[in-house]
Amino acid sequence: MLSGQLVGRLFSMAGRVCLSRSSAGLGTIGPVEAAIRMKLEQALNPEVLELRNESGGHAVPPGSETHFRVAVVSSRFEGLSALQRHRLVHAALSEELAGPVHALAIQARTPAQWKENPQLDMSPPCLGGSKKTRGTP
Amino acid sequence: MSGSLSRAAAAVLRWGRGAGGGGLRGPGVRTAGSGGGGGSSGEQLDALVKKDKVVVFLKGTPEQPLCGFSNAVVQILRLHGVRDYAAYNVLDDPQLRQGIKDYSNWPTIPQVYLNGEFVGGCDILLQMHQNGDLVEELKKLGIRSALLDEKKDQDSK
Repeated sequence: MLSGQLVGRLFSMAGRVCLSRSSAGLGTIGPVEAAIRMKLEQALNPEVLELRNESGGHAVPPGSETHFRVAVVSSRFEGLSALQRHRLVHAALSEELAGPVHALAIQARTPAQWKENPQLDMSPPCLGGSKKTRGTP
Repeated sequence: MSGSLSRAAAAVLRWGRGAGGGGLRGPGVRTAGSGGGGGSSGEQLDALVKKDKVVVFLKGTPEQPLCGFSNAVVQILRLHGVRDYAAYNVLDDPQLRQGIKDYSNWPTIPQVYLNGEFVGGCDILLQMHQNGDLVEELKKLGIRSALLDEKKDQDSK
């Protein structure tokens, strides 16, 4: 099952590269990020809420709030399919998704599922816009 | 570490190229909304997603995805040996880009449809790949995942 693991490995490795490149912009929390956090807390009462602004890895100006990854751990997800869970997250953030947010990677887990693997994954590297990220395999 | 990355990437790329059947044409790529200036009403999209067993809406094409998440969808399908699928590039057609979001009530691209049914975006397809659901869903469509054969090869050694 070597190639079965390839995608996952590709993701995490590439993501690490991507993050280190964009780490200069980390540390400040913008208004969109704050709104996402607040709305998810209100809508889903999460036990864990991890949010990362990944915009720095994309072809957008420094300080942008366009690309995010979120891990939401909530008992509300019990018995729901992945699709239903994602729709709950989308509904809570409908304003942001209709406006400034272009990309939102979602890990929607129940508390038990989070315990098995409690980490915010990495996103695959951006392939659009910036020529710098092109040409890598 | 970087050695294992490039090996992994090379394996994926080799795999993809080998699966192309030697032709220059991409895996079942069809363009949407050409002419007519539409193709994005609910009924038209309904027909579009039901026309092929596997339908994906991407930023870019399978040969040149222009977004990491769209690329991930292409790579996952490649890993499973799914070659005959319809891919629509939403960057070619703003009406399609908005239309498919409204149709599925899903705010982002990529989007994946199996047997006319919306299954999700990159996160959900990756999850289905990792937990084995994708193999099962493909089986329901009469598509045998290439990962099954690979596993069998290894087991028999």
